[in-house]
Amino acid sequence: MSMHWPLLLQAAGEVGLQHYLVVSALVAGLGIMVVITRRNAIAILIGLELLVNSVGLNFVAFSKFSSPDRFDGQVVTLFIIVIAAAEAALALAIALNIFNNLHTVEVDEAHSLKG
Amino acid sequence: MTFSDGVFWVFAAIAVLPALGLLLARSIVRMAFLLLFSLAGFAGLYLQLGAGFVGFTQVLVYIGGILILFLFGVMLTVRIDVPVRPRSGPRFLVPGVVAGLLVMGFLLFVALGTPWVLHQPTAEEAARALAPDPPQIGLKLLSTYVLPFEAVSILLLAAMVGATYIARGSEPIEERGE
Repeated sequence: MSMHWPLLLQAAGEVGLQHYLVVSALVAGLGIMVVITRRNAIAILIGLELLVNSVGLNFVAFSKFSSPDRFDGQVVTLFIIVIAAAEAALALAIALNIFNNLHTVEVDEAHSLKG
Repeated sequence: MTFSDGVFWVFAAIAVLPALGLLLARSIVRMAFLLLFSLAGFAGLYLQLGAGFVGFTQVLVYIGGILILFLFGVMLTVRIDVPVRPRSGPRFLVPGVVAGLLVMGFLLFVALGTPWVLHQPTAEEAARALAPDPPQIGLKLLSTYVLPFEAVSILLLAAMVGATYIARGSEPIEERGE
């Protein structure tokens, strides 16, 4: 494994698979941070979208660089985009309903069960 | 560094830097607009990878659809009479950043430390790489991936009906004797 670490030092070299994986890893980490630190339900959803996007980039990058058929990963990414759209629509509907009932979308205030 | 590599670095910066801004932004509207730039950066990276159809689907669905949905959600749920609360107390700020850094470090470790098997394209595949991709993707969707395609169609219909049902007007809480 140590043979591959010098790749880190030539980060500005020719762009390859690992460059895309690094972009994806950075965005995934930032997405997790946004999801955990924010309190507004819509901000949490925005962090989730970052996570979903970083996964999609991985699929396309792998299908380009290490698969004989470059379309397989792209089709999976299309499915991911569709499911993300369905998830966003449902989650926003739930957020609107919570706001209608509790007059807040801050997730730590939206509790009606005591405990 | 070739021109193509330079384009990658530009789009990578457009994708990552607004994501960093999302963590620091104070207002939720600003977050939505930073997400726009990040998604546009991802669309550029898809184009850079030769996935034109996915890239433009990203622009259509994410930037044209989901982002507008978020802006509607923000406008419908932000209360003007309540001052903007700080992002988060230290109770969640520290564990959140630590968890994010752990995940990021692990993914970077895997991405940079694994000897990925790279596929060397043959001459025929290299020639096909320049062909337009929507017909190829259409064929794949209706042959190899026809079952997931139909499953996703049903999921989308169910999500649409469900979202309409959940978001329908309901009586305010005080009318129910709260």
